[in-house]
Order: sequence, then C-alpha cells, then structure tokens
Amino acid sequence: MRKSVTVLDYDLGNIRSVTKALESLGAEVTVTNDPSVAQSAARLVVPGVGAFGTGMRNLRARGLDEVIQRIVEAGRPVLGICLGLQMLFDFSEELGHHQGLRILRGWVTRFPVLNGLPIPHMGWNKIRIWQREPLFRSLPDEPMVYFVHSYFPVPDEPSVISATSVYGVEFTCAVSHGNLHGTQFHPEKSSQVGLTILKNFLSL
Amino acid sequence: MVARRIIPCLDVADGRVVKGTHFLQLRDAGDPVEMGAFYDSEGADELVFLDITASAERRRIVAELAARVAEKVFIPYTVGGGLRSPEDLRQVLKAGADKVSINTAAVLNPDLIREGSERFGSQCIVVAIDAKRIGRPDKPFEGDERFDPDCRWEVYINGGRTPTGKDALEWAVEAVERGAGEILLTSMDADGAQAGYDIGLTQRIAELVSVPVIASGGAGTLEHIYEALTIGKAQAALIASMTHYGRYRIREIKAYLAQKGVFVRDGRV
Repeated sequence: MRKSVTVLDYDLGNIRSVTKALESLGAEVTVTNDPSVAQSAARLVVPGVGAFGTGMRNLRARGLDEVIQRIVEAGRPVLGICLGLQMLFDFSEELGHHQGLRILRGWVTRFPVLNGLPIPHMGWNKIRIWQREPLFRSLPDEPMVYFVHSYFPVPDEPSVISATSVYGVEFTCAVSHGNLHGTQFHPEKSSQVGLTILKNFLSL
Repeated sequence: MVARRIIPCLDVADGRVVKGTHFLQLRDAGDPVEMGAFYDSEGADELVFLDITASAERRRIVAELAARVAEKVFIPYTVGGGLRSPEDLRQVLKAGADKVSINTAAVLNPDLIREGSERFGSQCIVVAIDAKRIGRPDKPFEGDERFDPDCRWEVYINGGRTPTGKDALEWAVEAVERGAGEILLTSMDADGAQAGYDIGLTQRIAELVSVPVIASGGAGTLEHIYEALTIGKAQAALIASMTHYGRYRIREIKAYLAQKGVFVRDGRV
C-alpha cells in the first residue's frame, strides 16, 4: 500500500522540493493549507524556509498551529524541516522575540559571528548522530547533509537531541521525541542520505 | 565548516542540453533532468542549469525546466538564463530551484540584486560574472596571474558578446554589497581551453568578497580543481567537459581532493 503523507503549506518557502522527494519514494502526498484536511493526516511534514515570526503568524492565521499540536498529541508521526523544526520550540530570537508552538522546551538562536564564518550556514556539512532514532536507520554515524539557515534550536532537554553538527559552534541539527521529529537540514536536498531519512519517516 | 563543492554545469536550450554528452548510462543524454539525476547519483554537490534559449518563450521555458528538475534531482540547484525581474526569479524559485543566477540583468539593473535578496533571501541570489582579461593579448593564458599587479578584468554581458567597461573586481564587490549571496565567476579567457581556471582572477575576487566564489571556466584536470579551491580560494568549482564526456567521474575528483586534504562530501549512504 502507498504511504500517505500530508505536507503543510503555509505560504512560506519552497514546498515543491519536499513534495517531489516524497513522491519519488512512492508516497501519496497531500499538500494543504486547510486545517480540516491537515487534521486527518496519517503523517505530517512541516517544511518551511523563511522568517520565524512570519511562519508562526501564517500558521495561526489558518489555525494550523492547533492542528500540529493535536497530531503530535495523537502520537502520529510529524517531521519538521528547517523552520518547521524551529517552530516546535518555545520561542525564537529571530528579528525580535516570537513565540513558537511550544511543543518542545527550548529556544531558537542565531549563529554567533565567529572567525569570519559567513552566515547563513549554507552547504554540505557533516552531522553526528547521537541517538539512533528510526529516522536515521541504515545511515552511517556521520553522514553529510545540506543546510541553509542562520538560526538553530537550543533544546532545554538534551534527551531530545538526536544529531548535532559543527559550524563555528556545535549545534543541534535534529531532534526526536516520541513520534515527533525535526531536522534543521534539508533532507529533500540531501541526496541519498536525505531520501533515506524521508523513507524512514514514511515507514513510521 | 562546509564542504567545498563540485558543481557540474549544464547548458540548456529549448529544454535540451546543448553540448552533447556521452553518458552511456543514460537513455537520453540530452535531457537536462536525466543528466541532473545522474549527477546527483554520482555525488555532485549541486547543479547549475544555464538556459541559452533564444526565443520570446524563454522565460516560460526556464521556469518549466526548473520545475521538471525538481521531480528527479534531490541536491540543490541553480537556474539562470535571461531572468530579468523579481517575478522571473519568484517563478523559478517557486518551481523548486534553490538559487537563481543573474548576469546581464544584474549589470543593466543592479537594483534587481537588492530586490531579489530582500524578497527571497541573499542565499538564493547568485550573481554570475563573465570576466575577460584586459591587455597583453599576446600573452598566452597561464592560469595564474597572481604576480602581475597590472592585470585587470572587464565584465562582459549578453553571453560574453558585449563588453561593459566595468572592472570585474569592483563589480563583484558591488554585487555583494547589493545582496548577492554567491559569485559565479567565469573567466572567458580560460573557458573552454581546459588549461586551468584563471587562478589570479578567482583568488583576487575571493579575497575581496565575504560570500562564496564559484570558480568557472578552464577545468581540465584534477589538479586544476585543487588549485581553484586552494590557491584560488574558491568555495566551489564549476565543471563541464571534464565529466560530461565521461573522462572523469565525480567520485574520482572527490577522492583526489580528499586525499590532498580538501574537505569534500562523501555521498555514500
């Protein structure tokens, strides 16, 4: 049977790439901004590239924040990507102070300016897998993935950190808590490594 | 630290790869999407699609190309060619491209760089510069002008046909000040000769700007790529004929660089 997955469209960033990546894995993908459709998702992907404040505003305007909350509570698999991961936390310091979904404890902060490293952190970087969560099944311990971001999450609970990466500082680049998962990098742009992660998500 | 990138570049006209390629593995080596997917599987870090269609339909064709690539390519890719307005950029990005490359339009209307970077983020605005050395036409290309303080490079537009009088170094700095997230720097002298990148040009611009420089034009050997990424200080190397005709594999390039101590991506799962 084809795995079904719902991709949340909240008018921010490119959702076509993640949709096509999931389709290439044989998934039946529903793209929606309608809370009543999203509500019944068997699995939910929250993608997103853009500003935290705008992302949260767009989610709330459509009532999608509550939908994410309910799906997480119901224990259905959720994958937040990039901004979709960041918004799971309590708040972000991006361009002010913005409240997040508050599903995970912690906040989102900007890379410090160090050694002239350019921000955003953009490109292929190595990650270290600390927690062998199902998403990382059959991956090596230090695969390389694609990042584009200036902010990263700082979880209060170290137990949710499943992978870290280093760019001037070591930062959390993947989290896992029950059936809730998030990656700061872009699996849909990370070639075979990324597709493996998405495939693992589809099999949850 | 992010890995240095190897970026195959595909020239496309009317939806077809222009320079013939000899990938026996491919059913249709003229299809940019198939070639892109092949390079993804080979371990390329990123792709550049440069459209050179000469028709009024060009912008529609470019947006369609960007959309088709998204179906089979799961590494970042840049699309360029004739993009003139923020709306042109929006369509290509919405179709799934990670970055857009602007060249002639950026020179003729530098505000496009700022408009694009403010609206879509500077990380997806690549300013492509075609540069040609001025003077000393009798001097054969040597690939390294580091010790010639008099060397100058002029910016050309319209696919290298029109000189602008602009100095390439000054233009690169201005483009970055206006919001360019990357500079795709092509040496017109080196391009096609496979005798090495213009290291002097690449190094000068890489030292002047705070954003990544992609060296382009002249790659013929593994050593050339190594030079561009080390002496030339480029973050990425654009390649075409080296791999298009099967002379080298991406993994050979990566293995060579890794063995020389350059941090590159190992694409294995």
